[in-house]
Amino acid sequence: MAKIRLATVWLSGCSGCHMSFLDQDEKILELAGKAELVYSPIADVKDFPENVDVTLVEGAVGNEEQLQLLKKIRRNSRILVALGDCAVNGNVTALRNSLRNGDEEVLKRAYVENASLNQGVPEQVPRLLKRVLALNEVVKVDVYVPGCPPNAELISQVLNELLEGRAPVLEGRFKYG
Amino acid sequence: MSKPVELTIDGKKVTAKEGETILEAARRNGLYIPALCYLEGVSSFGGCRVCVVELKGSPRVFASCVTPVTGGMEVVTDSEKLRRYRRWAVELLLAERPHVCSVCVANGSCELQQLATELGVDHLRVDREWTDYEVDLTHERFAYDPNRCILCTRCIRVCDEVEGVHTLDLMLRGKNSKVIFDLDENWGFSRSCTSCGKCSASCPVGALYVKGKPLSEVKKKDLVSFIMERRSEK
Repeated sequence: MAKIRLATVWLSGCSGCHMSFLDQDEKILELAGKAELVYSPIADVKDFPENVDVTLVEGAVGNEEQLQLLKKIRRNSRILVALGDCAVNGNVTALRNSLRNGDEEVLKRAYVENASLNQGVPEQVPRLLKRVLALNEVVKVDVYVPGCPPNAELISQVLNELLEGRAPVLEGRFKYG
Repeated sequence: MSKPVELTIDGKKVTAKEGETILEAARRNGLYIPALCYLEGVSSFGGCRVCVVELKGSPRVFASCVTPVTGGMEVVTDSEKLRRYRRWAVELLLAERPHVCSVCVANGSCELQQLATELGVDHLRVDREWTDYEVDLTHERFAYDPNRCILCTRCIRVCDEVEGVHTLDLMLRGKNSKVIFDLDENWGFSRSCTSCGKCSASCPVGALYVKGKPLSEVKKKDLVSFIMERRSEK
C-alpha cells in the first residue's frame, strides 16, 4: 500500500498541538511507516505541496499570510483536520477579538509598551487580520479535534481512523481546553 | 398523599408522583436526561432546552424539567432529532459569549464543557460573539465574569428561593441579558448580598467563582438540594 501524504501546519497557535502530535511516543514510528510527511514545521519544505491526503492544521487564522496559506492548503488537501481549540474556535488566539481594534492593540502591547529596545511596530511582518478567524470561518473543515492541546492518544486515534478510511466521530472523546 | 402516575420512559414502565416533572421522574428512576439550567432544589424555567424529550403522539419536543407527568405518557429521551436539538442548544450557548475553556477557572469542572463533549459539539456552525464585559472583582471573596455567563439563572433562583435575599436578577433582554447585583451595582457594594456563596456553588460554568480557589473545590451542585431536603425534614 502506498504511503499516504500527510502534512501538518502551524498557524496562529502556541505549537502545543504539535508537541502533543509528537507526544504519540512509539505510535509516531507506526505512523511513519504508513504516512509520508510532506510538509510540516518539523520538515524542511518551503511551499505547501499538491495532492496531500491529510493535513492537520494547528492554530487560528491571524494574519494575511495565514489566510492565503489556508486557502492553498484547502485546495491541495483531500482531508483537512482542525487540530486543537485555536483551529476549531479561535481559543486564546482570538481573545483579541473582544477588544476594539484588537489587531492594533496587541501589536502596540508587544512592540511598544513591552519593548525596552527599538520600540515600534515592525513593518516587515504580515498584516494582522482585524479579527482572528477559526478555520471553518475561511474554508470547509472535514474533521474537528478540539483540545488545548488535544491529547496524543486522541490525535493518534483520529489519524488511524483516517488512514483506515473511516470518518472519526469525536463525540465523548474530546475535551475543550 | 398524592396519587402515583404510571408512564413509560424509553419503553420502561415507571411510577411517578402526581405533579412531578418528566425529568424528576426519570432521575428518580435512574434514567438519564441531560440538563443544564435545571437545578435540583429550586424552581425550573425550561430555559436552556438541553433536557428536551419527545412525547409519543406529538410532533413537538418538550423541556422535561417543566413538563409534568401524566398517566400513560410515552416519553422518548434519546433520538437523532433530540440530539440535533440538544447540540444546537449547546452550540448557541458556546457561541453567545467567548467561552475559552483553556483559560477558564472552570476548565475541567464545567457543565457546559462536559455537555459539549457528551453531545459531540466539536465545532461551531455560527459566528461567535466576542463580548467584552468588565469582570467584577469588587467582592472580597467572589468574582463575576459575565463573559462566561450562559444566563441559566441558577444563581438568581438560588439567591431568591434558598437564601431568600434576591440580590441577583437579570437586566436587559435576549443575548444582551446580564446577571446583575441589586440595581446593577458592583458585587462588593451590594447591600443585600449576604456573601453566602450559594450562587457560585451552583454556577455550572466559570461565571461566578470563589477567588483564589480551584473550581473543583468550591463547586457544589448538590448543595442547594441538600439544604432544601434538610429544611423539608424539619
